[in-house]
Amino acid sequence: MEKFTTHTGLVVPLDASNVDTDQIIPKQFLQKTERVGFGKHLFHDWRYLDVSGHQDNPEFILNAPQYQGASILLTRENFGCGSSREHAPWALEEYGFKVIIAPSFADIFYGNCINIGLLPIKLSDDEINELFAESDNSELNLTVDLINNQISGSSKTYNFSLDKFHQYCLEEGVDSVGWTLKKLEKIKAFEDKMPTWQ
Amino acid sequence: MATTLYEKLWQQHLVEEKAGETPLLYVDRHLIHEVTSPQAFANLKFHNRPIRHPERTIATMDHNISTRSIEIDAAGEGAANQLRTLEKNCKEFGIELFGMGHKNQGIVHVMGPELGLTLPGTIIVCGDSHTATHGAFGALAFGIGTSEVEHVFATQTLRQTKAKTMKIEVNGQVGEGISAKDIILAIIGKTGSAGATGYVVEYCGSAIEALTMEERMTVCNMSIEFGAKAGLIAPDQTTFDYLEGKEYAPKGDVWQQAIADWSTFKTDDGAQFDTVLTLKAEEIKAQITWGTTPGQVTSVDSVVPSPDDFTDAVEKDSCSAALAYMGLEAGTKITDISINKVFIGSCTNSRIEDLRAAASTVKRFTANGEKVSSNVDAIVVPGSYRVKEQAEAEGLSQIFIDAGFEWRLPGCSMCLGMNDDVLSEGDRCASTSNRNFEGRQGRGSRTHLVSPELAAASAIAGHFVDLNA
Repeated sequence: MEKFTTHTGLVVPLDASNVDTDQIIPKQFLQKTERVGFGKHLFHDWRYLDVSGHQDNPEFILNAPQYQGASILLTRENFGCGSSREHAPWALEEYGFKVIIAPSFADIFYGNCINIGLLPIKLSDDEINELFAESDNSELNLTVDLINNQISGSSKTYNFSLDKFHQYCLEEGVDSVGWTLKKLEKIKAFEDKMPTWQ
Repeated sequence: MATTLYEKLWQQHLVEEKAGETPLLYVDRHLIHEVTSPQAFANLKFHNRPIRHPERTIATMDHNISTRSIEIDAAGEGAANQLRTLEKNCKEFGIELFGMGHKNQGIVHVMGPELGLTLPGTIIVCGDSHTATHGAFGALAFGIGTSEVEHVFATQTLRQTKAKTMKIEVNGQVGEGISAKDIILAIIGKTGSAGATGYVVEYCGSAIEALTMEERMTVCNMSIEFGAKAGLIAPDQTTFDYLEGKEYAPKGDVWQQAIADWSTFKTDDGAQFDTVLTLKAEEIKAQITWGTTPGQVTSVDSVVPSPDDFTDAVEKDSCSAALAYMGLEAGTKITDISINKVFIGSCTNSRIEDLRAAASTVKRFTANGEKVSSNVDAIVVPGSYRVKEQAEAEGLSQIFIDAGFEWRLPGCSMCLGMNDDVLSEGDRCASTSNRNFEGRQGRGSRTHLVSPELAAASAIAGHFVDLNA
């Protein structure tokens, strides 16, 4: 996993709540055995007018000319609900997103983001509304500083917090499997004490 | 100190809790399928890492298989490639696989419990959000992403932050014809689609205790649909009776020891929950979703709501958007809504009791020779080969076939439409599955989540039916 320290990028405001992972990456694109090839299908049903994905939907915010190249997704509550498919954060990452800012995230989706190094940031409803107002009206570029847990670049600076270990893993690009494999003695000791039925 | 069932399960599995690190929990059982495992296997191989306990992982094929043929190639090239990759990976790493046509094959959350792979007091994970189903046995069970599948393969553990606890107590006795699906939809209607985000939910109360294991699974299955990490029901005699003698359940002395230990997995009197929600069973009516999240639900004897019925701005907007997508007008009587598709199946409602309930309703509605409405295509997809065999032995399949339903082979099928069981644009479906998201069952399709009884009756009538009218 790549290290995440700071990121500056353009914000695209996706004004929708309860965006589910079926919407982020529909099921017909899950039939891959590789970890790549999902970005072009991100938000497929909203993003394209046709089933095959050749005709852009001009109404969809990600297709708007002023938001091309966006790397920070601003959205509403309960983002990433539904299916546990990690293909959803893979698709967001491959499209070019580095950061997602929302008032709340579904639990499994949030964990999946942390595990691949895509930074999910929770802000209050009021703060989210402020950012929507700024990014709706003009091009908003934000700098997300993970080390200091701060977002700057808009009319004010926002603070956010992250679980300490999550923060460490993102900053250091920790290979979480490798990290736990250093604990094999502990795991072995636990297994030795387990009841037979377990 | 009085503790909750969740706390006890947590302590039972805590390998390490260290300052500055997310706690490490032991995973007893890992269930895998073709869609969310290939990249985990690939990464293991890339790092040249072995699977710590291949015997603790069990694989099945369910998500994108055909329900018309047991041929691996029947569901298209992409699906076949994933299925063959699973076969190859299981062989290479020594994992038991229930492949196409195997007697134990089935939807992962139907297969696990019916084989006795799902046990009280354990932690069970799977790369599928409906893993919460197994919580019906008093197991801490939750869905995980593919990176976590890899973590479990390599270490047999997972890092988890502790959830908050929510008690949902349903007291009293449900009315005639009210199913477990109605109970859980009514709960989601109260909490909203994200009401339990960050929580592990324990269902209790006399109406929950009275449920069979199949019904408890239906309740726990949909815990994720209001955001819960997991759903739990304390194990009791009903649980033990269900498990005794199952193929993979403990036997002999180990069984006796297990029963003694499992009996301790319950919330102590006086234990504190972060949130408590109480429902009266008598007040729960037959439920149906009208919108595009499971929380957009109402009773079948009512009308499609209007955005004006909501005070919260987000809910108001969501209602408008959902009505537009669903092609519904506010104020329309639910029973006036016509349908053209019916799907009876999924990890929520494809077990033998679900099929018995649906078949019994079909019998009631076809007493004078009626058939599935000429405007409706209806399919019944059993959850596993064991369920299929049982349903055929009991004559349930014949009841469906005689009435004009298609009787299919087991699989996830139209719940998520990864195979060719998909709806077309504008199709309106009475579905016993768990998600009514936009496009879930096919681009532009309209899903109404209902119980097996309601789906069966609606198939015959061609529109939704109030079974208690």
